[in-house]
Amino acid sequence: MSDPEPAWRAPSPRLLTMRRVQVGVCGVGVAVALFALLVSATVTGAVVAAAAALVAVLVAQIFVARRVRAWGYAEREDDLFVKRGVLFSRLSVIPYGRMQFVDITAGPVERLFGLATVRMHTAAAASDARIPGLESGEAARVRDRLTELGEAQAAGL
Amino acid sequence: MSEQYGWRRLHPLSPVVRAGRATIAIFIVLVPTLLSGGRNLSSDYFQLGAVAVLAGLGFVSWLVTRWRIDGDDLRIETGVLRRQSLRFPLAQVQAIDIVRPGLARMFRVAELRLRMGGASGGTARLAYLNEHEVEPLRAQLLALAHGGEEAEARAVEAPERLLVQVPTPRLIASILVSDVGMLAELVLVGLAIGAVLAPGAARGIVSGGAAELVAVATLVWRRFNQEYRFSLAQTDDGLRLHGGLVALNTETIRPGRVQAVRMVEPFLWRRLGWCRIEVDLAGRQRRKGELLEHVVPGAPQPVLGAPRRVLFKSPLRFRYLAWGRSDTVVVTQTGRIRRVTVWVPLQKVQSLRRVEGPVQRALSLATVHLDTAGRALHAALRDRDRGEADEALGDLVRLARAARRAPT
Repeated sequence: MSDPEPAWRAPSPRLLTMRRVQVGVCGVGVAVALFALLVSATVTGAVVAAAAALVAVLVAQIFVARRVRAWGYAEREDDLFVKRGVLFSRLSVIPYGRMQFVDITAGPVERLFGLATVRMHTAAAASDARIPGLESGEAARVRDRLTELGEAQAAGL
Repeated sequence: MSEQYGWRRLHPLSPVVRAGRATIAIFIVLVPTLLSGGRNLSSDYFQLGAVAVLAGLGFVSWLVTRWRIDGDDLRIETGVLRRQSLRFPLAQVQAIDIVRPGLARMFRVAELRLRMGGASGGTARLAYLNEHEVEPLRAQLLALAHGGEEAEARAVEAPERLLVQVPTPRLIASILVSDVGMLAELVLVGLAIGAVLAPGAARGIVSGGAAELVAVATLVWRRFNQEYRFSLAQTDDGLRLHGGLVALNTETIRPGRVQAVRMVEPFLWRRLGWCRIEVDLAGRQRRKGELLEHVVPGAPQPVLGAPRRVLFKSPLRFRYLAWGRSDTVVVTQTGRIRRVTVWVPLQKVQSLRRVEGPVQRALSLATVHLDTAGRALHAALRDRDRGEADEALGDLVRLARAARRAPT
């Protein structure tokens, strides 16, 4: 790349915790449900199924960590870089001048962990850049900075 | 000046024309009933009553709809129960169309459509206006869109310079070898063979598949009807597209509003040197099928082919995959059977994306997407060598930035 390698920033480490907990809770739920369903038929079968579900949760944790680690964003002079994805790795470049609006969303689970997602919208429907798992303060900072830069460099359609 | 910009109503016959086919259907239903001379009075009254109610509703909708030019906005007010007041800022107009369906031509009225940009991408419709006031109005709106101070001077129609006209024989030939045309021919040939070999079965197919036959015929007819005597002209207001047999269409695309241009060359057309050019605007998707000779806008050619190993990933696409660029325009080419070439002005690029899927990773390939505000077209440097993709992404980001800053 002709520009110097940008300084990548990562989402909050709490994002990993959140994703781990989300996957863990789902997996344990499945394990309990399997056990409850099968226990009346075969006790061994129920134990094996529940154990398999728990092992799957542990394996999934590895992939969760890789996926979370793949997220990154870099604020450059004229544009924002966002990278994501392990299997399909994507790198989006959004010029500040093209941003129509920026919004912050925080779902109930995210709020529990004090996190928020920043979304950038351009006039193109295909550019769907977002940065998940930012701490609330950082999310507000990113939003304000993007809005400010967007106003300064705004370009028409 | 000010009285000219006051509230105005649409043409009184608008509801009739807008009801279009329904009007024709009503006549078909009504005429025999009236002619047969009231055998069944109650049902006659019922039908007449229904028509009267519809006519009344149409009249009311006409009565409550009014429009005016208010400074830099076009304002339309309509609706009884749900009163709507719409404002369309003229500076955001991407294109203005004049549409004249068959019925509208009979009553000498025309519809004016303003296609707007912006995220919602709405369309302002003035349906219908008197035929002779439509063209001056379009000129006036375009002039206002360019900037108020020019409005007075530019109220006259700009002169046209004809660029291309599609002769009717070529239109017919191109439809005959197009996908829809081939389908229709296959059906016809099938029926002919069937009629010779097994007349009874063929009759069964015709009566059973009547809806499908009508659908195919409609497709062919619609294409012919829309593209009959198509012509493209250059004016000071932008590009002007004319065409139509029964329904006449005139589109005016403002200069600098084109987000992307796509050239489609179906397999057989390419042999004959024909293609279809589609222009994409910001706002509502509306693709316009155009037959042009091999006309390529002054833009780069797709010269950089894909690496050989792409054969493993996209064997059908491989031979068409290519891209090229100048300092202001990017061109990409793809397609399996038909060849599709897309030009995107770098000035219009909204965002760029580099995507690498698992198969691509194994072959060390990557795709770079260019997103524009248009809805229909998409440019992607598909399956490039990873190093080339990175370099292209860097270059394009830089060039797009320069293009954005350059004065338009």
